[in-house]
Amino acid sequence: MTATPVAYPVARFDDPHMLPLAKNPRRTERVVGILLLIGVAGFASYGGVYWVGGQPQLEGIFLGVGLFGFGFGLSAWGKYLLPQGPFVEDRHPFASSEEDIEAMTSAVVDRGTMVVRRRGFLGGLLAAGSGIMGIVLVFPLLRSLGPTPGKTLETTNWKAGSHLVDAQGNRIHRADLEVGGIATVFPEGYTADNFSAYDQTILIRPVKYPFVTKPGREDWTPDEYVAYSKVCTHAGCPVDLYQEQLYQLLCPCHQSLFDVLKGAQPVFGPAPRPLPQLPLKIDEAGYLVASAGYDQPIGPGFWERS
Amino acid sequence: MSTTTPATQSSNGPSANGSRATKSKPVEGAVRWLDDRLGVAKGGRTMLDKIFPDHWSFLLGEIALYSFIILLATGVFLSLYFVPSSAIVVYHGSYVPLDGQKMSAAYESTVNLSFAVRSGLVIRQMHHWAADVFVGAIAVHMIRIFFTGAFRKPRELNWFIGVTLLTLAIVEGFLGYSLPDDLVSGTGIRIAYSIILSIPVVGSYLASFVFGGNFPGNGLIIPRFFILHVLIIPLVLLGLIGAHLGLLVKQKHTQFPGHGRTEKNVVGTPMYPTFILKTTGFLFMVAGVLWALGGLVQINPIWQFGPYTPTRISYAVQPDWYMGWLDGALRIMPSWEFTGFGHTIPFEVFLPAVLFPGLTFNLFYLWPFIESRVTGNRKSHNLLERPRDRPLHTAVGATGVAFYFMLFAASSTDVLANFTQISLNTVLWFFRFAVFVIPLIVGFVTWQICREMSGIQGVGKRKRAVVVTRSATGEYTTVTTPPRPGDGHKELDAEPVPAFIESEPEPVGAGEGPGVRRISRQD
Repeated sequence: MTATPVAYPVARFDDPHMLPLAKNPRRTERVVGILLLIGVAGFASYGGVYWVGGQPQLEGIFLGVGLFGFGFGLSAWGKYLLPQGPFVEDRHPFASSEEDIEAMTSAVVDRGTMVVRRRGFLGGLLAAGSGIMGIVLVFPLLRSLGPTPGKTLETTNWKAGSHLVDAQGNRIHRADLEVGGIATVFPEGYTADNFSAYDQTILIRPVKYPFVTKPGREDWTPDEYVAYSKVCTHAGCPVDLYQEQLYQLLCPCHQSLFDVLKGAQPVFGPAPRPLPQLPLKIDEAGYLVASAGYDQPIGPGFWERS
Repeated sequence: MSTTTPATQSSNGPSANGSRATKSKPVEGAVRWLDDRLGVAKGGRTMLDKIFPDHWSFLLGEIALYSFIILLATGVFLSLYFVPSSAIVVYHGSYVPLDGQKMSAAYESTVNLSFAVRSGLVIRQMHHWAADVFVGAIAVHMIRIFFTGAFRKPRELNWFIGVTLLTLAIVEGFLGYSLPDDLVSGTGIRIAYSIILSIPVVGSYLASFVFGGNFPGNGLIIPRFFILHVLIIPLVLLGLIGAHLGLLVKQKHTQFPGHGRTEKNVVGTPMYPTFILKTTGFLFMVAGVLWALGGLVQINPIWQFGPYTPTRISYAVQPDWYMGWLDGALRIMPSWEFTGFGHTIPFEVFLPAVLFPGLTFNLFYLWPFIESRVTGNRKSHNLLERPRDRPLHTAVGATGVAFYFMLFAASSTDVLANFTQISLNTVLWFFRFAVFVIPLIVGFVTWQICREMSGIQGVGKRKRAVVVTRSATGEYTTVTTPPRPGDGHKELDAEPVPAFIESEPEPVGAGEGPGVRRISRQD
């Protein structure tokens, strides 16, 4: 390759872009040097901090400043001490000639036709085989991942006679909750996380009494205790914020509000349905017991829910 | 008038004059060895000469690329300590407030790598910051591409890859956010389960398959998310980023219109040495900012949230910012559940969390075709548009950006209500209307501004001062000041990268020698 000696100036004083540092390359070199030195100092300081035991903020400052100084130095070097051009390169159109396009097209079509012409039987076998293979591969790739839902979405472990217990498994006595108090309860024997995700129930003792949450639920709230599924009917978050004076439950995820005195009817937000209510009774020893399970699936909606 | 001011003495570059047949035995040996086997000399030289146009907005994609590199590096570090398991353990580590608590091994190992591994906390936080910056840079880069029309023919393929990258980056971010199994991220997984559940016909089956049973599954979701997060999606991202850059090299950069810039050339600085030095510096700068954020600005302090249990929750539950638009959509959606024929379609979840993002990304994919059909413009474009020159296009883009921003803002209705002391009810109803009204206003204002700007002469040029004087008789006269140095300059003519770039300054008084470029001023 023949070389033409050509002088390309770095950015210059009268360059319209007026790169101030480029006016004086010697000074620029010093600035770049200082920046790189800051980088080196930052790296070394980080190493020192690490050596003596580490401290997140100091590590952040030292290595952060080091990396940034180093980077700024390199960029300044590239910007002020190296040729900026402007240089140009040509673009070449991508489009091929008509002949090439036609040759490609006919090659694809002709040879493709050659494969299937008078080979309809083979072609059909190929298509059917691929289809069957695709379908059976869904079994390990998708079906094996988990069980079918079955009735798991529609049932909980609550049934008639389930004692209400707290997370530690202690039964809840009628005297346990102060008026105005709340507790998260589970059916006795099912306090592990796997169950509590859908069994969790919020037990409330509103200040206001007597109340009937809905017609036909007159005997569901003994001693003015009321229990609702704690799984939000919107997206399944635990409805855990009780506003005592308003008798409302708030889901912190998407701000659905449920009226505790009116069967947890949603009064605000995106939740479409009331929280299912758990019918309660009090046994002879004074402990709270579910008089039946939930009468509907708890939690968010799904296709099979009727 | 034409002047030439000689540059001051330069200290860099070889001082040799005359023949530039520079020889370096080791380099030549290496080039020759490779060339004998792969024939790299010609193509390699072309690669070194590759021209990169300069504009600040071209750095946005670089931020995304460099964040990704940092994510890979920090992610490898984290994976050496993280235990992807839901097995229940009792914590007895250095963070005393959690002592004796039951938690998953995933959560415990995340706390441990934060507190018991030197620099672990900084690198974990850096990883989280880098993820937020990664998605953010992709989003802003995409907005830039949209407004300047860089997605038009012949670059539709790279636009598709870009949209796919954005989608995967959001998914990848959500998966990573979920791994520590803390109270906030666990709630996010719970909502994800409900979202899958909301899909008509197959939802309950799909949710059961993904989670290995009814929520929370049987400890399968963390290991599954882990393998997706550390292997499968990063591999796809890596491949697509490679393809993204490959197409960029093949098709060459777009550039803004300007002196000597045409549809058939690229004007800028060469890859080697100028661009490579600047961009390596930029990589270090991005790394420096992210590292400093990791050390100084707390993010996702999972030890304050506590381990996930399905019965607990905290106030102000919010996902990372890039999921905010979906969370906002979930919040402002009315409770429109369809029930009938023995089935339920939970539109209050399915519409904002499945249909809406599906439509969003499909619209993104189809946009190049929609636009070329509407405008009838099917030509190839290598020169970028100034947003002001296409008021309608820019207004549509601004409307879209405002729409998603309003949804994002709606994801903090509770915090806003608390902060402003306005009732949550009012805030919610405000957003239900504002997400549609405000974008329309933004679009209209943008359209007006663009039309105004495209009508003004000399936008972007330096304005000359106008001196207004009042004479003794009270007469006003206006005089435009003379141009300052640099006003009305002509850009330099671009030239092909020569075989040898010599950055020695030209000698004082150098005249019209070959290759010596001059700067002329128009006075």
